[in-house]
Amino acid sequence: MLRERYINLIVLALLLVVPAHAYVTGEPFTVTLATRAVIFALAGVGLNLALGQGGLVSFGHAAYFGVGGYVMGILASHAQNYEPILQVPFLIEGTNAMPVIWLVAIVMSALLALLVGALSLRTSGVYFIMVTLAFGQMLYYFTISWPAYGGEDGLSIYVRNQFPGLNTLDPIQFYGICFVLLCAALFLVDRINKSPFGLALNGAHQNEERVQTVGINVYRVRLVAFVISGAITGLAGALFADLNRFVSPTMFSWQISGEIMIFIILGGVGRLFGPVLGAALYILLEHFLGGLSEYWFIYLGAILLGVVLFAKGGIIGKLAKREVSHDG
Amino acid sequence: MTDSILSVRNIRKSFGALNASDGISLDLRQGEIHALIGPNGAGKSTLIKQIAGGLRPDSGSIEFLGNDVTRLNTAQRARRGLGRTFQISALAMEYTVLENAVLGAIGQSGKVFRLFTPAMKDKALLDRARESLKRVGLEAQENAITAELSHGQRRQLEVAVALTLAPRAFLMDEPMAGMGAEGSKALTEFLQELKQEAPILLVEHDMDAVFACADRISVLVYGKIIATGTVDDIRANPEVRVAYLGEEDAI
Repeated sequence: MLRERYINLIVLALLLVVPAHAYVTGEPFTVTLATRAVIFALAGVGLNLALGQGGLVSFGHAAYFGVGGYVMGILASHAQNYEPILQVPFLIEGTNAMPVIWLVAIVMSALLALLVGALSLRTSGVYFIMVTLAFGQMLYYFTISWPAYGGEDGLSIYVRNQFPGLNTLDPIQFYGICFVLLCAALFLVDRINKSPFGLALNGAHQNEERVQTVGINVYRVRLVAFVISGAITGLAGALFADLNRFVSPTMFSWQISGEIMIFIILGGVGRLFGPVLGAALYILLEHFLGGLSEYWFIYLGAILLGVVLFAKGGIIGKLAKREVSHDG
Repeated sequence: MTDSILSVRNIRKSFGALNASDGISLDLRQGEIHALIGPNGAGKSTLIKQIAGGLRPDSGSIEFLGNDVTRLNTAQRARRGLGRTFQISALAMEYTVLENAVLGAIGQSGKVFRLFTPAMKDKALLDRARESLKRVGLEAQENAITAELSHGQRRQLEVAVALTLAPRAFLMDEPMAGMGAEGSKALTEFLQELKQEAPILLVEHDMDAVFACADRISVLVYGKIIATGTVDDIRANPEVRVAYLGEEDAI
């Protein structure tokens, strides 16, 4: 139990030291890579609440990632063109203030998760996976055929959005924002995992009937978890769009859903830092193997296969040498 | 029937052509252990599921504490005080013994939507969980992982989790299964004590255990209750002998 805590601290320390070192030695590209890793980690932390703690294999988390991205894209594009989003019945203007964008991204992805969850949680197993996937694909094709915001070509934002008191165009400062948000999400999810709610959520993952029999409405517990999960992934989507200053339907693609899932599986399903380590590793592999060959996915596949076969609790599980992850 | 805690009124449930419950009526009275016996395939599990809330009867009603609960789900019935244990232990196997008991306490306390306070530091939940563990004699094992418990201990834990709900009635599905003679005897004694608090509807295969602890017995055969009565009534009932106890007993 202590060992897992040490691993977490090491991961956290590396996320501080590596970008800081890269910044000092003048390698902004490494800072950008680290920012990608941290944003992907945040998306994974969101999914991990549903998948790891709740056992809800959502194969459609790209939907929330994409909604977060498009919230940023739509708000910022209106702000940069000085066009209000809505004039009647009341005026809604675009914005380039990150905190507002985050809030809207969280609310919109939470609402979408509420809708998707309310329907999909009535099913289980393969059906659940398929229903969540279907919603993701619906949004994917919707954005492709929606000309107002770029359709298939996506939407470019010329200037990064603003955060009061910071220069967000400075890579290290934008990294700092993402890192703090990741830490906040980790703290939140850790609290949730240890709460009565978390105990019930994970309990229902282990034995649904047991949790029902003590008078807990499992459907409602899962729905709340699913909404929080989607909201966190949505926030990550808004940051990802801001990092690239570009949004496109690809953010909704099922490959993104798969990648978010890969982070978790690599790092350790249900482990607090599983998606963080997984995302960092994914970015490293993408960078180094991607440099070797454009077919680097074949190596990723092999590694993933190795983890699934020989390290059941992911890499953190292997290092911590403990199968169970719920201790306080 | 003022002292009836739980009554099943003429419930029917069929799966295709099979009448798993064919007009079953049954009541559980204050202070009793009411055993439900019947050969394999008699419809015991179907009946238990309908009483617990996992399955809705096609017709008929179920009353609990004077209220119609037929349309309530499992969680709602549990909150009203229906404590249940399972034939095959239904526990969160990765959790410690204490965590399983706390899970029960959470259901009872209505604190399930507290998202930010640690459950394992909540004194009220812990006290309630530990009190139940103590009653079944598992207080020394509270930090053991449930999957590592012996079969008998898991059964004890099932009862402890049910106890955290302060139930008004117990529904126990084969609590003696696989317990061994010693454990079976200890559990029988415990049930005698428990029934003072809340009556127990017991489904049990072990006939010796049933005859040793039940106050009343109902015999279910092919979805129908063919007899209800005291242990002596049931032993003497010729129909039961033929249907359930087997020919060799009848001779």
